[in-house]
Amino acid sequence: MNIIVLVKQVPDASEVKINRETNTLIRDGVPSIINPYDRYAIEEALRLREKHGGKVTAVTMGPPQAVEALKEAVSLGVDDVVLLSDRAFAGADTWATSYALSQGIRKVGEYDLVIAGKQAIDGDTAQVGPETADMLGIPFVAYIRKIEQVEGRKMIAERLMDEGYDVVETSLPALITVVKEINEPRVPSLKGKMKAKNLKVTAWTAKDIGADEEKIGLKGSPTQVVRIFPPAPRGQREILSGSIADQVATVAKKLKEQSLI
Amino acid sequence: MDYLLTEEQIMIRDLARQIAVEKVVPMRAELDEQNKFPTEIMKAMAQADLFGIYIPEEYGGLGKKSLDFYIAIEEISKACLGVSTTYAANALGSYPILLHGSDAQKKKYLPDIAAGRKYVAFGLTEANAGSDASGIQTTAKLEGNEYVINGTKQWITNGGEAEIYTIIAITDKSKGPRGASAFIVEKGTPGFTFGKKENKMGIRASSTTELIFNNCRIPKENLIAKEGLGFIVAMKTLDCSRAGVGAQGVGVAQGAIDECIKFAKGRVQFGQPVTSFQAVQHMLADMQTQTEAARALVYAVARMMDNGAKDFSRASAMAKYFATDVAMKVTTDAVQVMGGSGYMKEYPVEKMMRDAKILQIYEGTNQVQRTVVALDMIREATRAK
Repeated sequence: MNIIVLVKQVPDASEVKINRETNTLIRDGVPSIINPYDRYAIEEALRLREKHGGKVTAVTMGPPQAVEALKEAVSLGVDDVVLLSDRAFAGADTWATSYALSQGIRKVGEYDLVIAGKQAIDGDTAQVGPETADMLGIPFVAYIRKIEQVEGRKMIAERLMDEGYDVVETSLPALITVVKEINEPRVPSLKGKMKAKNLKVTAWTAKDIGADEEKIGLKGSPTQVVRIFPPAPRGQREILSGSIADQVATVAKKLKEQSLI
Repeated sequence: MDYLLTEEQIMIRDLARQIAVEKVVPMRAELDEQNKFPTEIMKAMAQADLFGIYIPEEYGGLGKKSLDFYIAIEEISKACLGVSTTYAANALGSYPILLHGSDAQKKKYLPDIAAGRKYVAFGLTEANAGSDASGIQTTAKLEGNEYVINGTKQWITNGGEAEIYTIIAITDKSKGPRGASAFIVEKGTPGFTFGKKENKMGIRASSTTELIFNNCRIPKENLIAKEGLGFIVAMKTLDCSRAGVGAQGVGVAQGAIDECIKFAKGRVQFGQPVTSFQAVQHMLADMQTQTEAARALVYAVARMMDNGAKDFSRASAMAKYFATDVAMKVTTDAVQVMGGSGYMKEYPVEKMMRDAKILQIYEGTNQVQRTVVALDMIREATRAK
């Protein structure tokens, strides 16, 4: 099976400091790494390839130095890489990024599965996965913690939820995002590292992937960052058990107590 | 210190270090406590190609030499000597095939070894044959197309876990040391079983067992080199592996220093960190200087070997005993600097000190190494006259 993995180069969060005045990340001098969640995506792709055969292609969009993330992917055992890099992509929000990625994926050609990390640790939006799936017109399943079965044109997987998990069946091709519970990423191999060292990557430009200029970069980005603030903590939650009737009665009682009904 | 490593050697170091930090450190106390073989760690090391560093490319390895391999050993040894012994013993067991095996033997065994699919063990030591290897009592008798092996090997690293065993047995008692031969025995051969797993003071992650041969029949093709060359095979093997034990010493010493200084910086006595006391500073300085001297010697010997030196018995003996004596001293001092905490199992240095002891004993005791060095000096002086 042919698998595409979406990777993103991010600043190493353990080294990032925050500018208290502007509430933005101080990125200067911070080393770049592969988004940690993407390492689980790469690992899962490699495991699927080991089981079912095929090819794994890592795709990223970023400045020329994002090639380092692709080299790391190669050192782990990825077969092929695609770098989408063009000044015209600069300033993209998740929507414009997803558009560019989807165009890149179309150019890669035949694929059975696209895997991405559940989110990137810099923006933390978790939007690029679902948006890209939407633009490709394929099913999307988030937070996969286990792929149970891949057979023909369908896949059964477990989706991690706040309490427990769902078992989801999807047709293929599909795009999934994975959580860290799914596997334990391998370390690179020496042969992989040597291959990565000599890797030459030719970037694909906006023109190469036939991207509509209006839909990429800053121009194609509807998002405006108005304010940045820490989210309010989640309220207390309670899980009810027992018969449905009992649970309903309990809920009704509690809501009444709080004068909500 | 800058040892002018190549880009690839730095790559090997960084990768081995990553495995040491991510896979070995979190597991080492449990492996030690439970006397448990590091199966998962070995798999990770295999996947990372670390088993093939010193094996030629035509047999699936990376085609590198001693220094590249020692760098990996050193990094793993920083984290756990039990794991590094398990790893390095593969090389010890492979050298007889690598140095003296036939093309067919190399083709049959080395690819699996390079890929880490099969582990290897070297069987020389017996109850009455340790430092005195001429006391070997295991015999191999040619019967038709098979050798029949009888006897017991003792304290064999990777015993039971390895698939491939290179052993030394006597084919002609009347010839003394020239009557020994080297063989390859595969696990699962009828008549080949293992004794109990030894309960050791240190390197407890490594498996140590007896190898028991009871009318064990192996094909004639499993003879390495020729009959009567067993001691030469063993001695050349040990010449190659010895400096690697030195690399283990450098690793465990550096590992102990790193732990010790981290602790000492935060340990406050008399209102100040203990690192502000000159008594502690001098100990730390000596520990690092001795370790650096040991590293320089080990690397120098490795480079000498890698540049095609013919005879390096003396050099590798020097590297082995100097670096492992340093390891014993430095790990003991690391416990001392850390005081009561150093003695506790909450910190890794007590294990490092227990582990380090074996380095002065195995693959030729440090007393035997000194004899090798002295005899070579005397021989040279005699020749010069």
